[in-house]
Amino acid sequence: MTGMFFRAQEISKSFPGVKANDRVDFEMATGEIHALFGENGSGKSTLVKTIYGLAQPDEGRMWLRGEDYMPRSPQQARAKGVTMVFQHFSLFDAMSVAENIALGMDQPPPRARLSEMIANTGERYGLPLSPDSRVGDLSVGERQRVEIIRCLLQDPDLLIMDEPTSVLTPQEVDTLFATLRQLVAEGTAILYISHKLEEIRELCDRATILRGGRVVAKCDPKEKSARELAELMVGRSFSAPARAASATEGELLLEASGLSLPPVSVFGTGLTGVSFSVRAGEVLGIAGVAGNGQEELAAALSGESRASGSLRLDGVELQGKGINERRRLGLSAAPEERLGHSAAPDMSLTENAYLTAAVRMRLSPGGIVDWSAARSFAESVMHSFDVRAAGPFSAARALSGGNLQKFVIGREILQTPRALVVNQPTWGVDAAAASVIRQALLDMAEDGAAIVVISQDLDELIEISSTIAVLNGGRLSEQLRVENVTRDELGLLMGGAKGLREVADAAA
Amino acid sequence: MDFGAINPLTLIATMIVAAMPVLFAAIGELVVEKSGVLNLGVEGLMIIGAVSGFIVAVESGSAVTGLFASVFAGAALALIFGILTQFFHSNQVATGLALTLFGLGLSALLGQSYAGIKPPSFPYPDFGPLADLPVLGLLLFRYDALVYFSAVLVVAVWWFLGYSRAGLALRAVGENHDAAHSLGYKVVRTRILAILFGGACGGLGGAYIALIRVPQWTDGVTAGAGWIALALVVFSSWRPFRVVLGACLFGGVTLLQLNFQAVGIEINAAYLSMAPYLVTILALVAISGSGRRAALDAPDSLGKPFRASA
Repeated sequence: MTGMFFRAQEISKSFPGVKANDRVDFEMATGEIHALFGENGSGKSTLVKTIYGLAQPDEGRMWLRGEDYMPRSPQQARAKGVTMVFQHFSLFDAMSVAENIALGMDQPPPRARLSEMIANTGERYGLPLSPDSRVGDLSVGERQRVEIIRCLLQDPDLLIMDEPTSVLTPQEVDTLFATLRQLVAEGTAILYISHKLEEIRELCDRATILRGGRVVAKCDPKEKSARELAELMVGRSFSAPARAASATEGELLLEASGLSLPPVSVFGTGLTGVSFSVRAGEVLGIAGVAGNGQEELAAALSGESRASGSLRLDGVELQGKGINERRRLGLSAAPEERLGHSAAPDMSLTENAYLTAAVRMRLSPGGIVDWSAARSFAESVMHSFDVRAAGPFSAARALSGGNLQKFVIGREILQTPRALVVNQPTWGVDAAAASVIRQALLDMAEDGAAIVVISQDLDELIEISSTIAVLNGGRLSEQLRVENVTRDELGLLMGGAKGLREVADAAA
Repeated sequence: MDFGAINPLTLIATMIVAAMPVLFAAIGELVVEKSGVLNLGVEGLMIIGAVSGFIVAVESGSAVTGLFASVFAGAALALIFGILTQFFHSNQVATGLALTLFGLGLSALLGQSYAGIKPPSFPYPDFGPLADLPVLGLLLFRYDALVYFSAVLVVAVWWFLGYSRAGLALRAVGENHDAAHSLGYKVVRTRILAILFGGACGGLGGAYIALIRVPQWTDGVTAGAGWIALALVVFSSWRPFRVVLGACLFGGVTLLQLNFQAVGIEINAAYLSMAPYLVTILALVAISGSGRRAALDAPDSLGKPFRASA
């Protein structure tokens, strides 16, 4: 086969209890952007780790440029011109950009020469970076530049990108795509992993779709609609969340004014004068690139951190009140991190249900835990939200991401709070579970609750929010009706424009 | 009171000697912690180094042979810690504490018949006329060979961590072991090597006490120096030269206690013996109180177990 630059044949890999890759065939030509997509657990990660030498397959063969290729380590892969940009960046916060880049190279040049190379490559591909800045101080988009430049400095022939856009603003995505197209024009092959179907349609020439460790389809993504691609990925059709046409918004329920908070971690962002108001039946979407104060805002609203300023629920001041007191009054929260923050990984679902529902569901009358009530509450969450687990005795850790997320969100919803704050409700959750969760949030709003959704997924926010505001550098933009704002405007706000007027100026 | 009895030059010189055991142990532990491993067994490493160094020195008649034995014994004990924590994923804190208890017990057993014996003396390099220089002679040229070796060791560690590629990889492993693994660095191998180095340094520090500083074998001769070394690593924000500074400070506090007694200041000896440990606690509180900076310097994966995910 001429032009077949990379080929994998019958790759199989098993882990205890799971067949991660089952006889996967896959090939790429030089100068093509090839999409690899599928739901969580479909075997994408295992396949790319095999190509990058981080995992060895049980069976199968690979060829690169017609020669046998089976890297035992990332170093060997890099020596053959294969590099990878990771989804969770493989960067070291406390080190400088130059040190981070040197760590990813097998023969790094002396420091001065390296700095020069970083500057030159950055200029050539439109990725400016200062070699001496500390990575922990950089924005997420800049961190990704560090990863990409680290790869580019090794003149890769095959560049693997794992979910590169999940943390970028729309404008940063455009810049990234321009860089990738330039690379392809220069003859690099790119393996692009994503679950954002619109992006795949825009960028990629061919696509391979995995489900349950097998290749279920190969297609030209430009010829399919996003819906067709989604159905290929999930293997069945599902409905997009529907907002009731007659959704009406009631009286003012949740109101924050001037919330300020110092950052929770060294490299975090504090909050400065955050104000918003949410009516009954309204979904407020809070957009923004990761690390702009989302964690802090969620903590200030839930009561985990003591912020200054004012937070009122139905006119009652919540400042100075703890998490359980807020729950009693009707403000619940589901934090971002499923394992370890919203759920205790090694405790059962019953115990996890008890942990947040004790107050509102009165699960410990007189200070004694009523385990049968806790268990039936856990069972009702599992039943209402189709949580697939062996039973309420299963450890939270044993559930898949999507199922556990349905459980932790459902657990709050069934307590019927008057207001609910959720942070990244569908992060790393498969498409079907995400649509269940979004629908549940909309239904809850329709029943008269005020909902705040903090998310980095702009499509999700546009789909379910009634109003939207953008968090940037710990400041919240003005609150806009979702029908009056475009993606580009939101993108500019995420990039740091102060308000719509400035956005208009930038456009002019 | 007669402060005149304290000669400042002698005081500085003895302070440096007093700092040596803690300095060796702390510089080793610094490298271990930089690789992301918290080994609380420094006290155990030191006392094992002390007892094995002492026994070998007495039996062979050579203090230098004894030192090599202590380095070997410290590394061997640390290897147990390394295997337990890196391959069997045992809890680092519990394993480190167990290592200390094991070391104290084993050393008492081994050292039983060696109490009260005088070990062979340790060679001092001869600087000839330099040693007779006024001020500088006393301050620079009259130490035992290990003091000069410690200076070389500190500079070497500083250069290794800051400027060598292997040192960069070691820091990367300590900073974010998952990222280092995904770039193809050998996390477990790096950590085992660091643990071995830490054990060797701890053993050497212990031997310094039993062979040079005291020099004698008694049960528990290290008297908590290992704990001070641990505190010192935090106190120095994981920087080699600050470790030297801190070690001298602690050495100084230990000495003042003796000198105060010599000039007849009326303080109960128990309070003075407490002083180094109190200073340790105060230093730790001061460091963690200033939050941000210390947190910034600490290796991010410190004490976290690493499991390679496929």
